[in-house]
Amino acid sequence: MEKLLGEFSFGLFIWQTVIVTALILLLRKFAWKPILNTINDREEGIRSAMASAEEARQEMQNLQADNERILKEARAQRDGLLKEARELRQKMIDDAKEEAKAQSEQLLAQAKEAIEGEKQIAITSLKNEVADLSLQIAESLTKEQLSSDKKQTELVQKLLKEVDLKA
Amino acid sequence: MRHLLNFLFALFFAVNAFATDSVKDSKKEGSLKEEIKAYVQHHLKDSHDFYLGSYKEGDKKKYIGYVGLPVILWDNGLTAFSSAKFKHGKAVVQKGSTFYKLYHGKIYKTDAAGTIVYDDAHHPTNEKPLDLSMTKSVITMLFTALLMFFLFRALARSYAQNGNIASGIGRFFEPIILYVRDDIAIPNIGKKHHGRYMSFLLTVFFFVWFLNLLGLTPLGINVTGNIAVTFGLALLTFLLTNLTANKNYWAHIFWMPGVPIPMKILLMPIELLGVIIKPFSLLIRLYANMQAGHIVLMSLIGLMFIFNNWLGSSLSFLLAFAISLIELLVAALQAYIFTMLSALYFGFAVEEHHDEAH
Repeated sequence: MEKLLGEFSFGLFIWQTVIVTALILLLRKFAWKPILNTINDREEGIRSAMASAEEARQEMQNLQADNERILKEARAQRDGLLKEARELRQKMIDDAKEEAKAQSEQLLAQAKEAIEGEKQIAITSLKNEVADLSLQIAESLTKEQLSSDKKQTELVQKLLKEVDLKA
Repeated sequence: MRHLLNFLFALFFAVNAFATDSVKDSKKEGSLKEEIKAYVQHHLKDSHDFYLGSYKEGDKKKYIGYVGLPVILWDNGLTAFSSAKFKHGKAVVQKGSTFYKLYHGKIYKTDAAGTIVYDDAHHPTNEKPLDLSMTKSVITMLFTALLMFFLFRALARSYAQNGNIASGIGRFFEPIILYVRDDIAIPNIGKKHHGRYMSFLLTVFFFVWFLNLLGLTPLGINVTGNIAVTFGLALLTFLLTNLTANKNYWAHIFWMPGVPIPMKILLMPIELLGVIIKPFSLLIRLYANMQAGHIVLMSLIGLMFIFNNWLGSSLSFLLAFAISLIELLVAALQAYIFTMLSALYFGFAVEEHHDEAH
């Protein structure tokens, strides 16, 4: 310890302290501050560049997802439209068929009705004809056999009722 | 590597034993050992003059590349002259009515004949003026400071000229600066406060590292192995720690939270002592490591001349070479440790109040 203290040079200590203190102050102003600032700026720049790149990538991904979604939607829409069209066509065909069927049925019914009417008319006129004819026949038949007209008519009417024309 | 070193050591001592057996002139070797020891001792100390080497020519000692350095004394007024005037301690320098003599690296006031008066323990009792000389260490520190200033200012400038990208030698130093910030300052001090201490940490790291490296050159420089230098560095850490400390730091020293009152009283002197011991350990660690490294390296180099045969000397050379490589690592390591521990102490000083729960 005594040797250490003996070696201690006060002058050297003073010089050392002055030199190092001056060096620290000078370097701080001319070197460390600009150097550290530059390094910090650079790191900040790199960090922000990386962040923006990440952002761009995210955006790109979003865009891609959007595109896909739109495409999917469009496809779904197209499918829907096609389906609708197909359904519409089917419906139109079905409707037309239905209508045609109804119309034909209606026509048929009308025809039947007309036929029925005609038939009734024909039957009535036939009945009358037959009555007239029978009357004439009976008249000509009974002209010689029967004396009274009245009795003859009653007889004919009775006979005519027995005849079933519908059969 | 360790095995190799062990083997070398073993061989070494075998050769040593052999060499001692066959001493031609034990007295002569003794004087060589003494000379080497004195040389190592001399090298470890700061010096008032600078030279690349010395040799003996007959009875005279000759110096290679000798440069006299400015001697500055405060002795009731400022006195300055070149250290060359001391003629390596042989001459007395007269300034006004006072005489100065260089004796074992220190300057004493003497009479005109340069008489040194000793006490019982053979220590000179002559009066010493306040020595503010620009010694070898001071010149080396000035050189290092200038080197650092131009180096790092150039780096700062290269950013402006090169679009925020370092150029030239700055490319080597920029990752080290980043390392000091990201692996020394921020983990120990915290992101919020580290900015305040960055200038000190960076300056001290490079300053100590460069000086350690300069100590490994054959220029015979040993700045960071000088207690006055490490004391100055540790003092700055001490001052910076305690002057920037927050309330929480002082609370932990004078009134430790979360312990019973008797413990608080007991801990107070211990913590107060710790305030001194922390920077003290810094100064001793750096001083001792560099000093020891220089002693080992120079002793191994000295061994080459003691062996004076091709086997022992080449083994010494190999060992010295291996130790220099280790010293290269130690130079960076000690700078790192000094900076790291300084950052740790700053971290204690600015630590925010936290819950006792953890």
